[in-house]
Amino acid sequence: MQGSGFEVRTGEVPALSVAGLSHRLGGRDILSDVDLVVPAGSFVVLLGPNGAGKTTLFSLLTRLYTARCGTIEIFGHDLARNPGKALALLGVVFQQRSVDPDLTARQNLAYHAALHGMPRGTARRRIEAELERVGLAAEADRKIRSFSGGELRRIEIVRALLHGPRLLLCDEATVGLDVRSRAAILSDVRDLVRERGIAVLWATHLIDEVEPEDATVILHRGRIRWQGRAGTMAADMGRGRLQDAFRSLTEEAA
Amino acid sequence: MITAGYLRCLRGIVVREMLRFVHQRSRFVAALVRPLVWLFIFAAGFRSVLGVSIIPPYETYILYEEYIVPGLVAMIQLFTGMQGSLSMVYDREVGSMRVLLTSPLPRWFLLVSKLLAVTVLSLPQVYVFLMIARLWGIEPPTLGYLTVLPALLLSGMMLGALGLLLSSMIRQLENFAGVMNFVIFPMFFASSALYPLWRIEEASPLLRDICAVNPFTYAVELIRFMLYVRIDFLSLGLVVAYGAAFLGAAILAYDPARGVVGRVRAAVDA
Repeated sequence: MQGSGFEVRTGEVPALSVAGLSHRLGGRDILSDVDLVVPAGSFVVLLGPNGAGKTTLFSLLTRLYTARCGTIEIFGHDLARNPGKALALLGVVFQQRSVDPDLTARQNLAYHAALHGMPRGTARRRIEAELERVGLAAEADRKIRSFSGGELRRIEIVRALLHGPRLLLCDEATVGLDVRSRAAILSDVRDLVRERGIAVLWATHLIDEVEPEDATVILHRGRIRWQGRAGTMAADMGRGRLQDAFRSLTEEAA
Repeated sequence: MITAGYLRCLRGIVVREMLRFVHQRSRFVAALVRPLVWLFIFAAGFRSVLGVSIIPPYETYILYEEYIVPGLVAMIQLFTGMQGSLSMVYDREVGSMRVLLTSPLPRWFLLVSKLLAVTVLSLPQVYVFLMIARLWGIEPPTLGYLTVLPALLLSGMMLGALGLLLSSMIRQLENFAGVMNFVIFPMFFASSALYPLWRIEEASPLLRDICAVNPFTYAVELIRFMLYVRIDFLSLGLVVAYGAAFLGAAILAYDPARGVVGRVRAAVDA
């Protein structure tokens, strides 16, 4: 692994701590010895081309798959030993759409709140407030089937935030959206880090979503290839541009 | 506090299933038409061919229509249970299964809640069917409509648990036709729903043995006895035992560490 890494304040419990995580499927190593830390209240980009293992990593982080080798801790709670406490602190936006198209936005959100055991009154207030924040309050009673791709993603982000998570996982949250919707969603998530102190792990294959100051982790073929501030990647790799540095990291390892 | 959270989660899952059911009104109509066709056409046609002697819980000779009503009630629950399985496969296809499985509440509780939701959905369908059957002259004791409720809950849970287990093995909605052919119809026909076991034995001892190990037979008999305010302890015990076995297997199947779902998802992802 190359790169200078990024700072984690001593004594602070990280939002996400992954150590020695490996996963093998059908005789293939999908993830190999992955170590990853997302400091509390920070925005970390997990950058990797398609097939890098990002979705498998997210499936392990959300306990859809069980990690057989390595550990995952969310704010110090071991996901294998204490899944209830760990998952309660986690909000997830999956790469694949995950809302029921036959129900309205409000019904989908109320269902999610119930799955987290939230009281109805609290759920109702948070649904209203979050929908208001993303400008979809007037659309709450429309069936999901009629929403555009960008609106749907905003509903999924609202849903991921309803139970007040301290760590948000976004797996290719902008995939399939136009440039304007992509920028709006990315900006909204960055605002959440600044305004609410939520930690975010943002998985993407699009290098133009990365800002120079972003803590960035390059994943390719199941291995972490580089970690550090994105702005230092080009210099580290002896390239002039970030795009070239990323290409060389994912080509050299191929 | 923790219990309240569990109850809210259960309520949320039941409400979602009901909303989905309400949005698909044709499901309610289909669920009613199916047993009514059997009652009005099949049973009326076979009334003179298939005589039923006095067997418990009946105390007099009965018409064939009266005999098959408990079997048709169980058929409604069998279809609802399998619809529950369909709903789980649908959830997987639209991605909302991920939302369910990433809830912080224990996975066994989420599955039991789903099962209860499916069972609750079957109750209005059953009671509307029983009311129509009453208008048709099938009149069990009035108290029977109350005493049959625990039987309906148990048999609904047992058949729903079977549906949950099957849903862990079905990967696509299209495969539901296979469930119809290989699960629903054999379970229904190789049971005491349409003919008493003694009559089946006269025709084929082997078929009788198959009926005797079919869990659906015991769901039918449990409903039949309790609709007539009696208890068949063998059926009660076996419905509970089969239900526990199916539920246990379904919970294991949905456990990502050991289950079918985890392995299938993993294979797909690879």
